[in-house]
Amino acid sequence: MTRLQSLGPTALLWLVLVTMPFWINAIGGYTELASRVIVMALAATALNFLLGYTGTLSFGHAAYFGLGAYGVGMTLKYLLPSTMLAMLVGVVVGTVAAAAIGALIVRLRGVYFAMVTIAFGQVFYFIAFRWNNVTGGDDGLTGWQRQPIDLAGLRLDIQNHDTLFYYLALACFAASAGAMALLLNSPFGRTLQAIRENERRARFLGIAVERHLWLSFVISCAFVSLAGTLYALLNNFTDPRALRWDLSGNFVIMAVLGGMRSFWGPLIGAAIFVVLQDYVSSHTENWMSIVGLIFVLVVLFFPRGVLGLLRLGGRNS
Amino acid sequence: MLQLVLFNVFNGLIVGAFYALMALGLSLIVNLSGVINFAHGGFLALGAYIAYSLMPWVGFWGALMVAPVLTAVVGLAVERVLIRRVYGRDPLYSLLLTFGLAYILEDATRYIWGAQSLPYPIPGALAQPLSTQFFFLTGYRLFMVALVGLAVAGLFFVLGRTRLGIRIRAGTLDLETVSALGVNVRVLRNLNFGLGIYLAGLAGVLAAGMLGLQPTIGTSLIMPSFVAIVVGGLGSLPGTLFGGLLIGVASGLATVFVPSASEAIIYVMMGLVLLVRPRGLLGEEGRLK
Repeated sequence: MTRLQSLGPTALLWLVLVTMPFWINAIGGYTELASRVIVMALAATALNFLLGYTGTLSFGHAAYFGLGAYGVGMTLKYLLPSTMLAMLVGVVVGTVAAAAIGALIVRLRGVYFAMVTIAFGQVFYFIAFRWNNVTGGDDGLTGWQRQPIDLAGLRLDIQNHDTLFYYLALACFAASAGAMALLLNSPFGRTLQAIRENERRARFLGIAVERHLWLSFVISCAFVSLAGTLYALLNNFTDPRALRWDLSGNFVIMAVLGGMRSFWGPLIGAAIFVVLQDYVSSHTENWMSIVGLIFVLVVLFFPRGVLGLLRLGGRNS
Repeated sequence: MLQLVLFNVFNGLIVGAFYALMALGLSLIVNLSGVINFAHGGFLALGAYIAYSLMPWVGFWGALMVAPVLTAVVGLAVERVLIRRVYGRDPLYSLLLTFGLAYILEDATRYIWGAQSLPYPIPGALAQPLSTQFFFLTGYRLFMVALVGLAVAGLFFVLGRTRLGIRIRAGTLDLETVSALGVNVRVLRNLNFGLGIYLAGLAGVLAAGMLGLQPTIGTSLIMPSFVAIVVGGLGSLPGTLFGGLLIGVASGLATVFVPSASEAIIYVMMGLVLLVRPRGLLGEEGRLK
């Protein structure tokens, strides 16, 4: 829908993303920050698949993000030193958990749906926190590293080249965004939007609402866990904070900040949020207040987000 | 063994009483205004720290009475300035707003009172163990349970017998009609929010005596409160109370048999309840929204 409205901005967006490692240092950033933006953008875009298009509010997506992260760490540490396999395991673990929990919660709506997603997110946090000897507990899972990828005779040494890892993350983001856009433009995606606009009418039309909600929840979580695997690979580390509720809240604010009714909104929101958080947390101890203030200000003054604001301005003039 | 089980059941009951106190406040607010107050834990911490600061002036008993009231006043102000603006909007916005507020409250607490944990002195008479023979139980713990019981009885009295309480209950069922009958809904929601925050503040003061003071004291209690609401029944205050006590006892029992699962078990219970009875154990039909 909004994706193909104009190719100009989209092309510009990709130009910015593809060239980012070359200029980010010049403006005071660093390659890892660029990678973090991409990873968070993937998570926020995946959340928005649910939030913006299905109209269902999940406040517990960090759980699946974190499961992806732990899946990667534990595979690389205990199983096999293969980055690809680790990512696969991470995504499968996250998706399976989402499928099970999704089945329990699709009958709830609105605030209660949100409440239950938050609460369920905590299970995995406690497991990661308590299961010390396997997950490393509060100190996190260390003692493993992302491994070079061998792809059809080509060796991608992401272990030693941060820029190469950035492009791996960007490729994952591009593929995922493409897949999600395709899904949203398919009859399946239209059905989700119909449910968002009027659930009762959709039900009368014979649409299996619960099954669609469940599917969109699982798809969204699958992409979030992919983001989680990349996050773990980026840091060569993961800890229970990758599963905690505050991260779920951050995903939501990224989507809203950028504009949850537009496909690229979460990307913009993630970029703003990640850069701002990086800046604020290195300049003041009271970064929590500033981040909290961002939440409050966005809700009160920019509920449509940056892209919503731009589009509104553009249309009205 | 029996001794150990009894001890942990009672401990669970105490913890459950906290969950219930928190969850009742959350339930009140969500039922009438449709807002999940993520900052509830922040208000709990605020209540505890206010009591700590007041204690040198008014003593333990004075702090116990005044601090929750002051917390409620802060709650009334916050509702007036911020929360009020998101009524009737997508629940997304109320969640984000109170989420941000939770951050700010936690940070403010840390800024004012410091990040290190502080001891919260309780009167010597309450700190004594009642009986070391049967099982270890301080007077303070018994006192807490009694006080929570009193607060809950008070809440149900207010809701059942007073004009304000009857209006709150009516508003929960049909706010529009209540408004059409001439009740000032803005004031009603404001007072209702204050009532919920009062319970959080009270829970904070009591928790401080048991756990000591930390800026994160509220965050650890808020998730189980969500679980208590879902398990007990959406839209039902007795259900919320029951749910809080139930998960408290369950996690107490888990401490005996599978200590590492004492936190996770309540989420498992929530899963089971959602599986067989999505509206919660005592929930009303058709309140899934």
